[in-house]
Amino acid sequence: MTYIKTAMVTALMGATALTAAAPAFAKDLRIALQSDADVLDPDQSRTFVGRIVYASLCDKLVDITPDLEIIPQLATGWETSEDGTEITMTLREGVVFHDGTPFNAEAVAANIERSQTLDESRRKSELSSITGTEVTGEYEIKLMLAGPDATLMAQLADRAGMMVSPTAAAAAGADFGLNPVCSGPFSFTERVAQDKIVLTKFDDYWNADAINFDSVTFLPIPDTTVRLANLQSGDIDMLERLAATDLAQAEADENIVVDRAVSLGYQGITFNINNGERGDNPWGNDKRLRQALSYAIDREALNQVVFEGAFAAGNQPFPSTSPWYNASLPVEGQDIEKAKALLAEAGFPDGIDLEVQVPNSTVPLAVMQVVQAMAGQAGINISLTSKEFATLLSDQSAGDYQASQIGWSGRIDPDGNNHQFATTDGGINDSKYSNPKMDELLNAARVGSTTEERKALYDEAIAIMLEDLNRLFLYHVTWIWAYNDSIKGFTPYPDGMIRLEGVTWEE
Amino acid sequence: MLRFLSRRVLIALPTIVLISIFVFALQKLLPGDPLLVMAGEERDPAVLEALREKYRLNDPIPVQYFAWIGNALQGDLGVSLRTGQPVTELMAEKLPVTIQLAVMSMIFALVIGIPAGILSAYKKGTVTDYVANVIALSGLSIPNFWLGIMLILLVSVKWQLLPASGYVPLSEDFWQSIRTMLMPSFVLGTALAATLMRHTRSSMLGVLSADYVRTARAKGLSERVVVLKHGLRNALTPIVTLTALLFGELVAGAVLTEQIFTIPGFGKLVVDAVFNRDYAVVQGIVLVTAVGFIFMNLVADALYFVLNPRLREQ
Amino acid sequence: MTDAATPSTITAATDPVLAAKPENRVWKKFRSHKSALFGGILVTFFVAIAVLAPILPIADPAATDWGAVRKAPSWDHWMGTDEIGRDVMARMIWGAQASLLAGVVSVGIALMLGVPLGIMAGYFGGWTDAVISRCTEALLAAPFLILAIALAAFLGPSLTNAMIAIGISATPIFIRLTRGQVINIKSEDYVESAHAIGLPTPRILTRYILPNVLPPILVQATLTIATAIIAEASLSFLGLGQQPPEPSWGSMLNTAKNFLNQAPWMAMWPGISIFLVVLGFNLLGDGLRDALDPREH
Repeated sequence: MTYIKTAMVTALMGATALTAAAPAFAKDLRIALQSDADVLDPDQSRTFVGRIVYASLCDKLVDITPDLEIIPQLATGWETSEDGTEITMTLREGVVFHDGTPFNAEAVAANIERSQTLDESRRKSELSSITGTEVTGEYEIKLMLAGPDATLMAQLADRAGMMVSPTAAAAAGADFGLNPVCSGPFSFTERVAQDKIVLTKFDDYWNADAINFDSVTFLPIPDTTVRLANLQSGDIDMLERLAATDLAQAEADENIVVDRAVSLGYQGITFNINNGERGDNPWGNDKRLRQALSYAIDREALNQVVFEGAFAAGNQPFPSTSPWYNASLPVEGQDIEKAKALLAEAGFPDGIDLEVQVPNSTVPLAVMQVVQAMAGQAGINISLTSKEFATLLSDQSAGDYQASQIGWSGRIDPDGNNHQFATTDGGINDSKYSNPKMDELLNAARVGSTTEERKALYDEAIAIMLEDLNRLFLYHVTWIWAYNDSIKGFTPYPDGMIRLEGVTWEE
Repeated sequence: MLRFLSRRVLIALPTIVLISIFVFALQKLLPGDPLLVMAGEERDPAVLEALREKYRLNDPIPVQYFAWIGNALQGDLGVSLRTGQPVTELMAEKLPVTIQLAVMSMIFALVIGIPAGILSAYKKGTVTDYVANVIALSGLSIPNFWLGIMLILLVSVKWQLLPASGYVPLSEDFWQSIRTMLMPSFVLGTALAATLMRHTRSSMLGVLSADYVRTARAKGLSERVVVLKHGLRNALTPIVTLTALLFGELVAGAVLTEQIFTIPGFGKLVVDAVFNRDYAVVQGIVLVTAVGFIFMNLVADALYFVLNPRLREQ
Repeated sequence: MTDAATPSTITAATDPVLAAKPENRVWKKFRSHKSALFGGILVTFFVAIAVLAPILPIADPAATDWGAVRKAPSWDHWMGTDEIGRDVMARMIWGAQASLLAGVVSVGIALMLGVPLGIMAGYFGGWTDAVISRCTEALLAAPFLILAIALAAFLGPSLTNAMIAIGISATPIFIRLTRGQVINIKSEDYVESAHAIGLPTPRILTRYILPNVLPPILVQATLTIATAIIAEASLSFLGLGQQPPEPSWGSMLNTAKNFLNQAPWMAMWPGISIFLVVLGFNLLGDGLRDALDPREH
């Protein structure tokens, strides 16, 4: 004991002696992310945290407002031709990339070509409607489309619309991500994998006056408790994705401000309807069983128990805060009688088993154990298998599953939350769900010209979704940011990004 | 001795080949497709197939293996699928961190564990012995994450004495580097100290009752000399074995502790690589860890000879 | 060492192991060992709880109560409730089964594999040693995680599979410990003389080598129980061990990690229990060690 104590005391004394310099990060903003970003090339990258870094590193053609309206960023205006097959964009003048390359119509053309042709590009499907570009002036470009595409502007408000320096991209090829060169408010300085990504203020930024930090450092800190502790100790200034269960503690700290926004995505259970042999099971064959499970779940209680009510209970691919939500089909309460009746109708009056695979982290496991308990009341006996994500994903896409707890981070345009999951040939339709009416509606909504027209189509599609339930929706994540109260002017966005324009540091 | 060493080094080569084959074979055995995981939400089958071709993931495993070995011999361990960084660069970044953490933890473990073990054996059956044992075992049973988070909450948040997390290279700022590593190495060190303490105690007990120690006592040598010189030296075999093994384990990765203190070391790297099926990274790390284990075991074997004069005569 | 008909060339005087009548002495020493007795009581207590779980008057370990999520210990819930309103005490008691099994069986597997291999490597040396040692190094270097994921994919979730995986991964340390000890002992005079008089190798191994190898092995085995209990949780997380909602101490600790601030009791009970079980086994091990030590009186 004496040894341990002595060692501890010496360690601490040594520490005190060394605590001379605790620098104030007045101008370097330190932001903790939940995980490390992947490759820093907008055309190749796939992670959510990667997009957070891009919000400071790479400007896009257009941006969104917190209400999801498309607003100018590098494109100052755009016009769609009558037949919807051409979009003419006017570009911002006087913009340069971090390497000094000027931003102009040629640069946009090069970027779109890169996104469409680079072997490693993950943006191909997002830009598939663009058949060609035509530079019509130094700062004007025409995008030619195969047909009307209502989703395109929303794609250009995300990674597909991020502009990288054509010079740097041509020189680096697929290795561009090691030293990304964009035109955003901060330029890339350094990256140490799993440790930090450092960006430095770009003095020639077109909107440099709105940027009030000399540099921004992103630090991956996976453990939620530790992220909060780092904020409280002053080691970081801001964190994303505070755990809902830590909200009370963060709010009680007078030096910490908490902001939130309901996300664009959803969490739910995907059923295997027709994906290989395992799709041929009662749960895949009879939608009444899936409906029964849906009735058995008290979504509001789920939200209260696991997330202390901080998230949003959900029954549709969008949260009720979304303009696309079908308000005539609100989240219903638990109805055990109805669930039992449906089970009996489907031929299982004495209950039925269901095997659900779950990603192996605490939150999904807690969610599914609550669902398990609720389903049990209706006679649905759920068994859970916890799998690490790679296994879960490959089993799901190979059809080696009965049901899978999985979600979607969400897209600005409603198409992104639906088309690829619910149409017969959808790229991520792991259910292999197929309903001609659904295909028709979602395809029509893709090309619909007015918001009203599209809304009507989605309303109808959602009614069918809730009937067929190849995806059973449970809840919507709420992004929760916590930051030092010296940070002023931060705006929460439903896409979960951290936009630093106009954000200041006031001691 | 020299012959012994050179023979061992030669034998080590097949081990490494064996390990590398093993790791490659696992690539086929593990479920999950590296590109599917990498793709995350963007799973365009055509793009995935093109990438599979590009990274030669469709080649038969033996072909991939020989291509990898060929490159490895030229110092190229491939590129991380996830971040695009060369594996050698990634490891060059992490190795110093990991070694620093391992060495500092081992210092904590040895400085606490061995004296506590000797004292406990010497005072066997007394209150000191019991207390030392209880503390050692609690050091072993207290989960590292609990101790880690408690330390952060107390030392960093409440007292503001040490940084809560992060890493500063030794070359950049020596003292700051030591400071950031103090808590994590203490957390790791205490758990290892418990193991070392229990072993030291056990083998000291055996030695202290042995004839030659009694003889030494009878000759009137001071207790200090008896315990430390005659006792400890003969009790060291299991401790040497363990220290080598534990050090190897530390290099292989103290995942949870690294994660809690956000230290960019091997542990986190390998776990993320396995979960992401980033095989180039996994293979590189396993290779380096294997060399580490072989080296540490070699050191242990050499120390057996140093400690036991009779072995040397053979 | 219970073999009474020993070759007459070895007398009690030259054989430290046979210095006293073994059986009586061992048991007597063990019984008079108070701390070992205490250890025995601790272990028996937890084993009893694990065995009696089905008939004890406790709550259903899977029953949830939305109105009592993460409630501190009270009269209704003596050890509080967990993150989805289950009774922690019921889960502790049911979890004892999985955790004790994981701890004891996997250490048993590691011992059965590790000790014989270690003795062979150390005693015979040469190629035997080279092969065993190189394989050990290979096993040490391969990440446990990869092994676990592969096993999970092939064998599916079950406690038995988890115990096998933990047992195998714990084997190298026993091989190395045994081997080191054997190398050290085989040069002792009494082993060399036993060899010189032509005693068969198996007998030398069991009579002279094994008893001297035991102390560090006992210590390590009792310590590894703690590691194994905690490892079970990470395996169930990978889909190899117990699946939720079945409780185990390790998985309870794992969950508690996220609620150290809000619900410290969730980590406290499994933590204390693991400590007590490990303490119990260690004290037992100490008792056994002292009882078997031929030199100590």
